[in-house]
Amino acid sequence: MKEFFIQQWEALPPALQTVISVTGQISALLLVLILMVAYYTYAERRVIGFMQGRMGPNRVGPWGLLQPFADVIKLVLKEIIVPSNSSRFLFVIAPLLSIAPAFAAWAVIPFDDGMMIADINAGLLYLLALTSLSVYGVILAGWASNSKYAFLGCMRSAAQIVSYEIAMGFALVGVLMAAGSLNLNEIVLSQSGGMLNWFWIPLLPLFVIFFISGVAETNRAPFDVPEGESEIVAGFHVEYSGTGFAIFFLAEYANMILVSALTALFFLGGWLSPFQGIPVVGDTFLGESSIVWFALKTFIFMFIFLWFRATFPRYRYDQIMRLGWKVFIPITIVWIVVLGGLIVGEVGPWFN
Amino acid sequence: MRIIRHYLKSLFLWELLQGLALTLKHFFGPKSTIRYPEEKTPKSPRYRGMHALRRYPSGEERCIACKLCEAVCPALAITIDSEMREDGTRRTTRYDIDMFKCIYCGFCEEACPVDAIVETSFTEYHFEERGQQILNKDKLLAIGDKLEPQIAADRAVESRYR
Repeated sequence: MKEFFIQQWEALPPALQTVISVTGQISALLLVLILMVAYYTYAERRVIGFMQGRMGPNRVGPWGLLQPFADVIKLVLKEIIVPSNSSRFLFVIAPLLSIAPAFAAWAVIPFDDGMMIADINAGLLYLLALTSLSVYGVILAGWASNSKYAFLGCMRSAAQIVSYEIAMGFALVGVLMAAGSLNLNEIVLSQSGGMLNWFWIPLLPLFVIFFISGVAETNRAPFDVPEGESEIVAGFHVEYSGTGFAIFFLAEYANMILVSALTALFFLGGWLSPFQGIPVVGDTFLGESSIVWFALKTFIFMFIFLWFRATFPRYRYDQIMRLGWKVFIPITIVWIVVLGGLIVGEVGPWFN
Repeated sequence: MRIIRHYLKSLFLWELLQGLALTLKHFFGPKSTIRYPEEKTPKSPRYRGMHALRRYPSGEERCIACKLCEAVCPALAITIDSEMREDGTRRTTRYDIDMFKCIYCGFCEEACPVDAIVETSFTEYHFEERGQQILNKDKLLAIGDKLEPQIAADRAVESRYR
C-alpha cells in the first residue's frame, strides 16, 4: 500500500509534486494558525478576566473551551451590511487585503532548522514589505466605508503604522548587522550556543523597541487609537459586520502572533534551546533545540500582548507620535552606532 | 537632579513595569466573581426577595386583612379586599402584589402584626407574560408553603433583633 502511494507520487511530474507539497504545507500552516487565532481570542478574554479579578468566559464547553467556535458561528451567521454610499468593491476587498499579508508573512518563518515554506535569502526584506502592506487593508476599509469614524480611524492607523515602521525597521537593521544575513534561518543559527548567545543582550534596546513597535503596528492596546472604542466607536472597521468583521479580527490576531514569532526569532534565538552548551542541563532533553522552544517563546510574547492590554490605558495620540519619533528612532540610531562598535571590536560571545 | 531622575524613570518604563507587576499579581490572585448557577454568594437572613404569605402550623392563614401593609406600601403595589368569614373572623378575599410596582423596601413585612406577609430570600424568578407579575393570594400562599422552612429559619435567626 505504502509503495503504491510512493510510486504514484513519483509518477507525477515534478512541477505538480512541488505544487502539491507546497499547497499541503500552506494548508497545514493555515489550519494551525487559524486554530491558534481562535484560541488566542479565548486566551485573551480569559487572561484579561483573570487580571481584572474575574473568571472570563467559562460557559461554552468545559472551561469555556468551545467559546471561540460559538463566536465564529455567531459572526458568520450574521448579515453582512454594505453601507449604501460605500465603495462596494474596496469595501469587500479591504478585509482580504488586511488578512493576506498577515498570513503570507509566515512563508519565511523557520519553525525549526530549515523547516520553512520558502527558504529565501531576502526573508527579512520580504517580511518588512508584507508587514507594511497590511496598512492598506486598514486604510481602504476606512476610506471605502464612507463614514467619518472609520475615516478618522484609518487616518490615525496610517500615521501610527508609518511612524512605528521606521523604528521597527531600524531595530531590524540592528538584527541584520548582528547576524550578517537577511535569511531568517541564518539569523537564528548565528545566535546558537545557549541563552547568553542570543541577540537580546547586545540588542536589548532594539529588542524592547521592536516589540513595542510591534504592539503599535498591530494596533493593540495601549496603541489602539485606530479603533479606540470610547473615541471613534470602533475605528476603521465600524461599518463592518459579520464575516468582514471576523476577518479583520482574524487579521489582527494573526498579526499579533506574527510579531510574537518574529521577536522570538530575532532576539530569543527561535527554536534554539536556552540550555544549549550549558553543562549537565544542556546534555538532557532540555538542551535539544526544537519547535517546542520556538512555540514556547512565541507564547511568552503572545501573553505579553494580552498583559499589556490588561494593564495600560490608551495612549493619547500626540504621545504616541512623540514616543515613535522622538524616543524610539533616536535610541535605535544610537544603538546601531554602538552595535557597529561592538561588531568592529569583536565583543564576544556574539561577534567573535 | 529631579529632572534627570524623571527622565531615566520614563526612559526605562519604570512605572509601566510596576503596573505590569500589579496585573500579574492579580492574574494569580483570587477571583472576585463566582460560577453563578453552580456557586452562589451567601445571602443575609434579612434578604428582601420574592414575597410570600405565611400560615400558622395548624394550616390557618396568618393574614387578618388589617391592611397595614397596603397603607404603608410606598409604591402602592398591594391591593387587599376583605370580608367576614363564616366563623366570624376577618380574612382577605383578595391579596394582590404587583411585582413591577414593588420596590422591595420591606415595609409591608415590618408593618405586619402577625408576620403574614414576608419577603423571602428567593430571587430567581421571572415573568414571561403580562399579568404574571401580579401575585394573587393563592400564589403568595403557595410560595409561602413551599419556602416555609427557609422563611422560618431566617426569622428564627433574626428574632433576637426584632
